[in-house]
Amino acid sequence: MTFDERYFDIGRLDRLSYKDTCVHRLDPRAKVIATVMFLFTVISFPKYEVVALAPFFLFPVLLMTVGEIPILFIVKKMIIVSPFAIFIGIFNPFLDTRTAVVIAGIPVSAGWLSFLSILLKFALTISAALLLIATTSFPAVCHALRRLGFPALFVSQLLFLYRYLFVLMEEAMRIIRAREMRSFGRRSTGMKVFARLIGTLFLRTVDRADRIYYAMLSRGFQGDVPTLKRSRIAAADLAFMAATVAFLAVFRSFRVTEEIGRIAQELFL
Amino acid sequence: MSHHIVEFKDVFFRYPDGTEALREIHFRIVHGESVGVVGANGAGKSTLLQHMNGYLMPTSGTVTIGDVVLTKKTRREIRKKVGVVFQNPDDQLFMPTVFDDVAFGPLNLGLDEASVRERVHQALSVVRSLDLRDKPPHHLSAGQKSAVAIASVMAMEPDILAMDEPAANLDPRSRRSLITLLKTFKHSKIIASHDLDLILDVCGRCIVMRDGRVVADGPSAEILSDRSLLEENDLELPLSLQRQVMA
Repeated sequence: MTFDERYFDIGRLDRLSYKDTCVHRLDPRAKVIATVMFLFTVISFPKYEVVALAPFFLFPVLLMTVGEIPILFIVKKMIIVSPFAIFIGIFNPFLDTRTAVVIAGIPVSAGWLSFLSILLKFALTISAALLLIATTSFPAVCHALRRLGFPALFVSQLLFLYRYLFVLMEEAMRIIRAREMRSFGRRSTGMKVFARLIGTLFLRTVDRADRIYYAMLSRGFQGDVPTLKRSRIAAADLAFMAATVAFLAVFRSFRVTEEIGRIAQELFL
Repeated sequence: MSHHIVEFKDVFFRYPDGTEALREIHFRIVHGESVGVVGANGAGKSTLLQHMNGYLMPTSGTVTIGDVVLTKKTRREIRKKVGVVFQNPDDQLFMPTVFDDVAFGPLNLGLDEASVRERVHQALSVVRSLDLRDKPPHHLSAGQKSAVAIASVMAMEPDILAMDEPAANLDPRSRRSLITLLKTFKHSKIIASHDLDLILDVCGRCIVMRDGRVVADGPSAEILSDRSLLEENDLELPLSLQRQVMA
């Protein structure tokens, strides 16, 4: 992907949040709390757990279906960040070689199990986080955090990050284009030029930060980014949170998949 | 009302690097007046505007807005009176959505929720951008951005508007609607621009700057038709007047 395409792809995550489904309409705070509970439940499983994680895919899949978020889009995003998870777990099969289970006569080492477990947890947590943003929008998540008591400074940093990410990328895009136009097809003009590009970008950013701060002062900024309360926790939000809690509690404390397996075995064997 | 006055008295300004940006600036703008500030690049137009609400403080001389003299203490008060619209709307629109951005000023003024909403609604409908309210600024076109930037300043209900190149980056149609819009504002206005036709259209009075000095100050129709004065100052006749001369 070229830089330009990647840029427009980020805008897409943003546009998904403009949809109007019942998931999008839920109070952002409810969604933030539900997502955080989901994340903690998933990572609370022991490191060799594989089977019990499976039912948790219901949560992102449900959100995705009801929220009309294209699955391919989420999967692509997950693949982009997957190297982080893969490199964390890739050595487990070599380090942890004692046999844990035997499936169809083939011994499977504990390392493979923990590697698989890492990948599953990664897929679950990343998809939940992406879905939170795709169904809520980044600014709404920030406001929700602020109203849930996060420090003002932290939240305004996040808001500015989001707002100026796009501006900064456009700036970078212009610099890269200008470089390409004058490098006549020579693909890389070396580290030296690259370092200067970064330097230019940095200087422009500092100037811009100055102007933005002036703009903020001009409109009476006093240190906290003020926001309006725009949503109220409704019955639907409480129901959503209750359902999430029930869902998480059931799948965390009962090994539902194993039970289903056992019943199936009893029926058919 | 007498308090929408802007007065610069012998204002000098020197940047920390030693550049003399303003020298002996002296003028007075009365209530409801529209003043264009023109001049070559680097003549000091933007520096002048940055004195209007105390982002820069004069090295010597005084700036008076209404009956308040600009000092570090009165800066906050003055910022409520003078709305500054920036050249680059991306610098001005710093909040994640249009609504949040327009609400930023009124919220900082400490207004309650209902009046903030009222002001946002008002300001956005003045610039005919109500349907953009939930959009993030990075999805707007340049014309929409500058309309919203104006709304974000209007929402503070300033007495005086200061604008730096409001029509830069606008296509002809957006520029035309901006001019129509500016004409409807009853505020005292100071507009710095290279767009001499816009100044001729919107401002009754025009100030020409060169090297940090005011070199001419008078009715726009007079100054902007004075070919030799304009050319001396690296400007030229507005296009609309060039055409008349040729015809």
